[in-house]
Amino acid sequence: MDNLIIAGKTYTSRLLVGTGKYKDFTETRAAIEASGAEIVTVAIRRTNIGQHADEPNLLDSVPPSKYTLLPNTAGCYTVDDAVRTLRLARELLDGHTLVKLEVLGDPKTLYPNIVETITAAEILVKEGFDVMVYTSDDPIAARQLEEIGCVAIMPLASLIGSGMGILNPWNLQIIIDNAKVPVLVDAGVGTASDAAIALELGCDGVLMNTAIAAARNPVLMASAMRKAVEAGREAYLAGRMAKKMYTASPSSPVDGVIASAQPQ
Amino acid sequence: MIHITINGETRQLSQAINIAQFIDENNLQDKRIAIERNGEIVPRSQFNDQFLADGDRLEIVVAVGGG
Repeated sequence: MDNLIIAGKTYTSRLLVGTGKYKDFTETRAAIEASGAEIVTVAIRRTNIGQHADEPNLLDSVPPSKYTLLPNTAGCYTVDDAVRTLRLARELLDGHTLVKLEVLGDPKTLYPNIVETITAAEILVKEGFDVMVYTSDDPIAARQLEEIGCVAIMPLASLIGSGMGILNPWNLQIIIDNAKVPVLVDAGVGTASDAAIALELGCDGVLMNTAIAAARNPVLMASAMRKAVEAGREAYLAGRMAKKMYTASPSSPVDGVIASAQPQ
Repeated sequence: MIHITINGETRQLSQAINIAQFIDENNLQDKRIAIERNGEIVPRSQFNDQFLADGDRLEIVVAVGGG
């Protein structure tokens, strides 16, 4: 079987999805089911105190018994905020250690702050977390994060929530070629072909949220993404034909074409 | 009177209650939450043992939708 293995656990789906930006939890659940994802990201936020006691709970729609939850540090701009957020997540999820680290550098671009990300990763790995790390498409940063002990490297394809697709496939290729841990494109996927290209490049998986949640029909897009990831992976495994620059090659036999009906 | 800060908001408590009591009084008992007190995680097993003290800073969090 062609499985994705992260931190020693085996997954059949290579599509990881977020739970943000949906209309309601019913739509969230329907989209996740259509995506076939087994790993689902959640954010950690302050709760309302003393009000809305019976407001719906995300974990009722996305139960930890059914999905591998991946708590993230979205919105964190410092090492301290990111590390404390994931310690809270581990307590919230009964000792769960698989986490997504992202330390942002700028509210406009949401670009990762690599210096802070590396420091946070060092602390979290020492504390026993299995860190899947959001990073830029810088191959050196990716290598350093792997050396620290991160269990998956997750470079951006383009800015978070931008839907701009894969802007630098060459850098992704270098990261994939160098890495011994899974490489997943995280952020920037806009539509199914973007996801397929990521897998065709040799990425081990794709993590996305907005591309599904902000589609006109999120559940249908979730289904499209599932197929795109499967198709991209199969194409990668099949090994694509070589590109032949400026050289055509007929697909049909050259001989036996009927002759002109006109007398010569 | 005890003053504590919870999720960035200042609150007054008439007496020193433990964290389990605070959770009950604020209808959080049915929510899946995690609590940090003055920068340190409070394990669920200690909710009855830890009493809130003047100047405490609490963060009480839940899982929400995110990517």
